[in-house]
Amino acid sequence: MSRVIVVTSGKGGVGKTTTSASFAAGLANRGHRTVVIDFDIGLRNLDLLMGCERRVVYDFVNVINEEATLKQALIRDKNDNNLHILPASQTRDKDAFTEEKVGNVINELRDSFDYIVCDSPAGIEKGALMALFYADEALIVTNPEISSVRDSDRILGMLSAKSQRAIEGEEPIKEHLVVTRYSPARAETGEMLSLDDIQELLGIDLVGVIPESKAVLQASNSGVPVIRDEQSKSGQAYQDMVSRFLGEDIPMRFLDAEKKGFLKRIFGA
Amino acid sequence: MIVWNTSVRLWVQLQTAIHVTCYHSADYQRISRLRTNTKTTGERLTQHEGIGAVELKGAVFTLPVLKLHCTDLDAIEHELKVHLARGLSFFKHAPLVIDLELIKEQQGEELDLPSLVSTMHDMKLFIVGVRNANPQQAERAVTAGLAVLKGGVTQQEGAAEKPANAELPVATTNIPFSGHTKIIYQPVRSGQQIYAKNCDLIVLSSVNVGAEVIADGNIHIYGSLRGRALAGVSENTKARIFAQVMEPELAAIAGNYQVFDEPNASRLYGKAAQIYLDDNQLVIAPL
Ligand SMILES: Nc1ncnc2c1ncn2[C@@H]1O[C@H](COP(=O)(O)OP(=O)(O)OP(=O)(O)O)[C@@H](O)[C@H]1O
Ligand SMILES: [Mg+2]
Repeated sequence: MSRVIVVTSGKGGVGKTTTSASFAAGLANRGHRTVVIDFDIGLRNLDLLMGCERRVVYDFVNVINEEATLKQALIRDKNDNNLHILPASQTRDKDAFTEEKVGNVINELRDSFDYIVCDSPAGIEKGALMALFYADEALIVTNPEISSVRDSDRILGMLSAKSQRAIEGEEPIKEHLVVTRYSPARAETGEMLSLDDIQELLGIDLVGVIPESKAVLQASNSGVPVIRDEQSKSGQAYQDMVSRFLGEDIPMRFLDAEKKGFLKRIFGA
Repeated sequence: MIVWNTSVRLWVQLQTAIHVTCYHSADYQRISRLRTNTKTTGERLTQHEGIGAVELKGAVFTLPVLKLHCTDLDAIEHELKVHLARGLSFFKHAPLVIDLELIKEQQGEELDLPSLVSTMHDMKLFIVGVRNANPQQAERAVTAGLAVLKGGVTQQEGAAEKPANAELPVATTNIPFSGHTKIIYQPVRSGQQIYAKNCDLIVLSSVNVGAEVIADGNIHIYGSLRGRALAGVSENTKARIFAQVMEPELAAIAGNYQVFDEPNASRLYGKAAQIYLDDNQLVIAPL
């Protein structure tokens, strides 16, 4: 049974595309046939992050408008045969999306893939609603700040009201919380919301905490999902996230601020 | 130039309802559900073809009535917007009946029903029919795709017929209290709205910032109340709000409201507490 997973947040720039790329790459790396769809029509970010922007010929909207077949539009990842990308289009034709047409594409993808990851645009408009409509599960990407948490709450409300599962009265979408750009030091000083605060406010299970790290930008500049950077903390944190998503029970890492200096090491904690 | 004047009066009027018996009307929700089904899963209807794609049922609804005082669409729209801004939002998406009793149309000044429908539709208010229409108005209503409703007793009118009750507060005695309780098991999230019509509301989770819970009866929240809670909205001054963690953005009972923009305004903020009305004053007390 294939699963459709939407990566969404409400608020923009919190790390949805970064998370989609790494999550999809992680699932594929563990042997699952995975496709990641860019729903952010007009912007095209995912193909850049995945380093395949030069190979985009046809896109999601072409497929929806039946100007190209899925086979023509899907791009296979250079490094991983299990991973495919369905890129967004730069023609700003958001009206191309209808529930029915998106549904047809998703259904066709279900035949050949185990996981269908939908990278949602920001906001709560049509693009975001389309990305979540067919979801079986959701990664709610949240930064440790009030405005991001509030928008995530809003989008959780949408999942429970506007998704196909909600409308058809089926079992609700399984929701997972991903906290990204987490800075232990700033959480400690109270500059950022703590993990406990976020979980208390949103009331859903935490599947991963991705620390703030320069490696993320470096990885996206070189077109490689950061999960493949095994040296970086964020890469490792994404690996952990994928493991937890697949049912492994592993403790959270990178939650504590690095103790600095000799005295702090002796007297700290 | 519509009948709602003050916010308190507003609630009364909202609850002033007529009872419409629909002899041949299918359940509203069933229809809208059928519609979504046709849209999203095209086969669903055909699947049921053998059994019958639709089902006719009779049902009794309580519908809110909007009584117009003039035909000036701009004035109506403006006034509605003011009311919506004041927290009438739970009323959105509800079917609504337009009362034309006071509309005496002059030649060339007829009420433009199609424009009224679309203006209100833009505000997410859905007119389903008219009442007290004269024959010409009825004809135009039908052309505009509206039902013409006959009869229907509003609660205020009903009360007026019983002089013995005349001195009691109108709404409280006439609200058909269902005796049911609406129970919500999930968090009520930002942007969501729950309305427990004619009954109490129990939330077994939290009401988050930006969410709104409304009940004709009491509201019980077995988590944190961080959003807005409006109890006894049909002038039920005895209604109360209970929460394990009382941190509301706004609390209201029978239209008397308080905004909590200063978290330290009450020492009970963040504690288990209840809110009730004492002599038109909201009181917060520990649980
Ligand atoms: N863990 C992290 N550490 C440091 N920077 C990060 C991290 N995660 C994301 N970023 C940076 O934040 C920015 C936004 O990330 P991304 O594009 O993934 O967000 P998004 O939610 O998809 O944005 P949009 O809403 O515009 O689609 C990028 O510059 C990215 O490099
Ligand atoms: Mg993005």
